[in-house]
Amino acid sequence: MKLKLNVEQFDKGLAELSKTYKIYAPKSFEKRGTYSDTDVIKYDIVEKFEDMELERKSNFSAKETFLPINQVLFYFTEDEYRETSIDEKNILVFLRACDLNGVKRVDQIYLGNGEEDYFYKRLRDKVKFVVIGCPKSFRNCFCVSMDSNKADNYDAGMNVRGNEIYLDLVDDSLKIFEGEETEFEVDYVRENNFMVDVPKEVDFEKMANHDMWREYDTRCIGCGRCNFVCPTCTCFSMQDIFYKENIKVGERRRVHASCQVDGYTNIAGGHSFRERHGQRMRFKTMHKIHDFKERFGYNMCVGCGRCDDACPQYISFSKAIDKVSQVMREED
Amino acid sequence: MKNNYIPVASEILDIIKHTKSEWTFRTKTNTEGVKPGQFYEISLPKRGESPISVSGIGENYIDFTIRNVGKVTGILFDHKVGDKLFIRGPYGNGFDINNYKGRDLVVVAGGSAIAPVRGIIQHVYNNPQDFKSFKLIVGFKSPDDILFANDLQMWSEKLDIVVTVDDAPEGYQGNVGLVTKYIPELKFEDLSEVSAVVVGPPMMMKFAVAEFLKLDIAEKDVWVSYERNMHCGLGKCGHCKMDSTYICLDGPVFSYDFAKTLQD
Repeated sequence: MKLKLNVEQFDKGLAELSKTYKIYAPKSFEKRGTYSDTDVIKYDIVEKFEDMELERKSNFSAKETFLPINQVLFYFTEDEYRETSIDEKNILVFLRACDLNGVKRVDQIYLGNGEEDYFYKRLRDKVKFVVIGCPKSFRNCFCVSMDSNKADNYDAGMNVRGNEIYLDLVDDSLKIFEGEETEFEVDYVRENNFMVDVPKEVDFEKMANHDMWREYDTRCIGCGRCNFVCPTCTCFSMQDIFYKENIKVGERRRVHASCQVDGYTNIAGGHSFRERHGQRMRFKTMHKIHDFKERFGYNMCVGCGRCDDACPQYISFSKAIDKVSQVMREED
Repeated sequence: MKNNYIPVASEILDIIKHTKSEWTFRTKTNTEGVKPGQFYEISLPKRGESPISVSGIGENYIDFTIRNVGKVTGILFDHKVGDKLFIRGPYGNGFDINNYKGRDLVVVAGGSAIAPVRGIIQHVYNNPQDFKSFKLIVGFKSPDDILFANDLQMWSEKLDIVVTVDDAPEGYQGNVGLVTKYIPELKFEDLSEVSAVVVGPPMMMKFAVAEFLKLDIAEKDVWVSYERNMHCGLGKCGHCKMDSTYICLDGPVFSYDFAKTLQD
């Protein structure tokens, strides 16, 4: 069902959906950005069209809505673990094509790598996605190169033209909007500002100890921002905390982790692996454009470019991919 | 749907104190299908979880041999017989005894790495007829660090065992030297029928494997077990990943022809 709506009609539909859904979309938080006088755009609950930031790229990805940064799994006493309950409401997420392609990658790890993850599945089953059409490429985006500029597997699609909103409603539970029937295709980016030379095959042996990673030994500061903003990074660490008021009671949580940050590979007895930041950059790069593909048949990176946006050292991940391709072309 | 993160309470049936900081905790558990080399996530409220290898499999109990080195294991050493700890598992592929049956089997273990291979040794001890020959070479830092001394004594009555220590005070009667010293001395009739299992600290494994390869034993017949940060044990958290391999799911046991390709 494809409809043309005005903002009032759209907001009325959102209000109706709010009864059964928590609705998440990119939202701008004024002057809450990393640098002075900058905004941060991140996912939060929205009630109306005006709440949504649809002009600019969000700094953080949509994955936080169904894979919380900090998720409590259990409450415990000294002799009992009790599973947390889950909000009865479903979740509706407005996101872009790259991010919906990212969801496929996160699903792959949590549902298709070994057993299904109980806590992920529990939340994921409640989520529906609305793809926000991208009429133009943002800075640092390279989704076309990663073949993730288009997503058809949405529950709804949306284009915005000034005060007119076009909705392609696929999932029945979302067909509560009133509007004028129309025909349209959800916008998608056909060309980015630059193309990335993504290697078709990577010779891991050749890349493992290549000099190209040495550059990152000094440039990268291991802050992990590139991981935390990525729609496809899935790693987490488990944490136990206990309450100050009653130290016999506490929570077991999982929190997002970063392969770039110190301590990620620590094992008992004081050993750790990949001490140099260049080795960590190699690990991340290979994961995004080689390892994941070797295991599951497609690349992990979706080319949203947020890692490039977020790096305080101006390290470009897209350039790193280009460099890998260049190394692959070099004669031995 | 099964909650694969929920730890289950397991009663401590016995605590065997090998050294000041290395104890075996015998815990009441269903042991169906558990293999040596597999691991459990030992879980203690307020402290977290830690992956620990199975060091013994009995009727309705599993042994975990643990060194007191971390925040989880530290608190465990305050536990007594009858207390409960929490576990979930087993995880990982473990050692498949069928790979070694009918062959010359050499097991080399360093320090607490005797834990993951103890089940193999127990199997050989109980079924020596399944193997063409067997040799265990096990090394510890010093005589005070020797684990499973009673087991070693018992096994040595039936099996060919070398116990060595890296360093010992003057007058020590036993073997002194690294485990690698004893590998070149091994003699086999047919190298294609030899399997080697090597488990221990990274450096020990590297050099022990090299000694076996020098003997011309095929890489596919040398088996190693990798220790990594197996945080969730379920292939999700990513900490143990090397290349496209998740150590918790695909390992921790690998044949060396594959393991040599893994890059940290």
